[in-house]
Amino acid sequence: MVVLQAESEVAAANMLYGGAACGKKVMTSSSSPGVSLKMEAISYIAGAELPALVVNVVRGGPGLGTIQPAQSDYFQATKGGGHGDYHSIVLAPNSVQEMADFVELGFDLAFKYKNPSMILSDGMIGQMMEKVELKDFKPRLTEQEIIEKYGDWATTGKTADRERNVTTSLELQSELQEQFNIKLQKKYRELEANEVRFETAFVDDAEYLFVAYGSSSRICMKAVEIAREKGIKVGLLRPITLYPFPKKELNQLADQVKGMLSVEMSAGQMVEDVMLSVESKVPVEHFGRFGGIIPSPDEIVKALEEKIIKG
Amino acid sequence: MDVKDIIKEENLAYKKTKVLTDNEMHYCPGCTHGVVHKAIAEVIEEKDIQEKTIGISPVGCSVLAYNYIDIDWQEAAHGRAPALATAVSRLMPEKYVFTYQGDGDLASIGSAEILHACNRGENIMVIFINNGIYGMTGGQMAPTTLPGMPTSTSPYGRDVKLAGNPLKMTEIVAQLPGTTFVARHSAETAGAVRKLKKAIRKAFDNIDEKKGTSFIEVVSTCSSGWKLQPDASNKWMKENMFPFYELGVLKDE
Repeated sequence: MVVLQAESEVAAANMLYGGAACGKKVMTSSSSPGVSLKMEAISYIAGAELPALVVNVVRGGPGLGTIQPAQSDYFQATKGGGHGDYHSIVLAPNSVQEMADFVELGFDLAFKYKNPSMILSDGMIGQMMEKVELKDFKPRLTEQEIIEKYGDWATTGKTADRERNVTTSLELQSELQEQFNIKLQKKYRELEANEVRFETAFVDDAEYLFVAYGSSSRICMKAVEIAREKGIKVGLLRPITLYPFPKKELNQLADQVKGMLSVEMSAGQMVEDVMLSVESKVPVEHFGRFGGIIPSPDEIVKALEEKIIKG
Repeated sequence: MDVKDIIKEENLAYKKTKVLTDNEMHYCPGCTHGVVHKAIAEVIEEKDIQEKTIGISPVGCSVLAYNYIDIDWQEAAHGRAPALATAVSRLMPEKYVFTYQGDGDLASIGSAEILHACNRGENIMVIFINNGIYGMTGGQMAPTTLPGMPTSTSPYGRDVKLAGNPLKMTEIVAQLPGTTFVARHSAETAGAVRKLKKAIRKAFDNIDEKKGTSFIEVVSTCSSGWKLQPDASNKWMKENMFPFYELGVLKDE
């Protein structure tokens, strides 16, 4: 394994681009302001269709913000973040176990779709201590195995039996650049059809639904418990992939529940995707604390009662 | 006897290296990019390292260098080529990795990446084309623009009180312990190209010996950006660029 402390997040992410183009498993991690700097290279990696893994352990913003946990980088992570029409595959762990497991999942998806993957965590999961079971290490794929499994695109040196490999996101002819964008969009539709991951709890008899990811989903589990003790039948849907987003599942649940509350440590970002998913079938509201404040289960239940149940 | 009967393999005194593709170059008349491309390609052929060489192309006129030199290439974001080269060289230490960058790319937006790559002594070659302006985008002032030199964004000449003084990147990187070979060349005459090729060969040999970063500046012209004929550009370069950017080997360890 090669490990290097780069001079800046800009350089680190561009090193990622160079390493990804060699067909190597490459990852970089940072917290919000650093990830903003990495966005240049992530856009290039998406444009050059290369696999790479980025970890964002989110802190409060904007600007230098705070070093306490937040979920306010949802827009940046799921809607592209850098320039151009692209998406990263976004995984949202809610435990230390998933922080470990999603590294492998992130790489698998990145190689399968030749697309950047991002683990979107937060300062709470990032600093939490929990039991974790580490899987056995798998042997690294050889250059030949990578070619057989994922294609012969890596810049490992032009051999006599093939044309030169060039990793680039440049296409100066608009017609061809449009065709390339259509190809990218096709890939994103495939992701949306095949790679949505989510978890539900207490939804079978639910009349209301919390939608929350990462740390917020852990707190919402407690909120479900408290609410049910009070006789409020509430369930939880936790998106594991934030992109692709579990639109279909939320839309189906909207036929069952009376309302949904998107609980985020942000001023309301994922709530927009929840609203788009339910197509106005039921009321959707947002509850969040931000700037590094972690919401308590009680205030989440109170928000459910005030914003959704009382209407 | 027809001319075609004479042009035969055995009669050729000189031919294009097979490491250059047959693609027609898009560079302007008088531009030295093509000459420098050829010098690199010839050394790659002579050292028989085509299968082991990876180039990192920049943003600027030579963004399309990958169309002309028949090796694997990565196309970097503006200024970031040394970061890509760092990863490629460290992940595949047996390969010959080089960046090809202009002065707008290397000396301005990429000044951090080049300094830190050189300071870490990455085992790569850096080719630094310096024509004193941003050529591709319309001849704007670059960090390397000479004092008083007119450009599209300094039409009355570079005012150093307003825009600062030109950066001598080659002198700066020569001070860093990570660099092993630092030289400034040009490519306007056959003799200059021979010297340049010798330097490129040395840089690739340094990669063999894992000696650190080799940095070669090529003082160049930009006839389109300078608004001069190619021959007048060469004359202007010799009279103005050479006294400020002195040719020669600054470091050879």
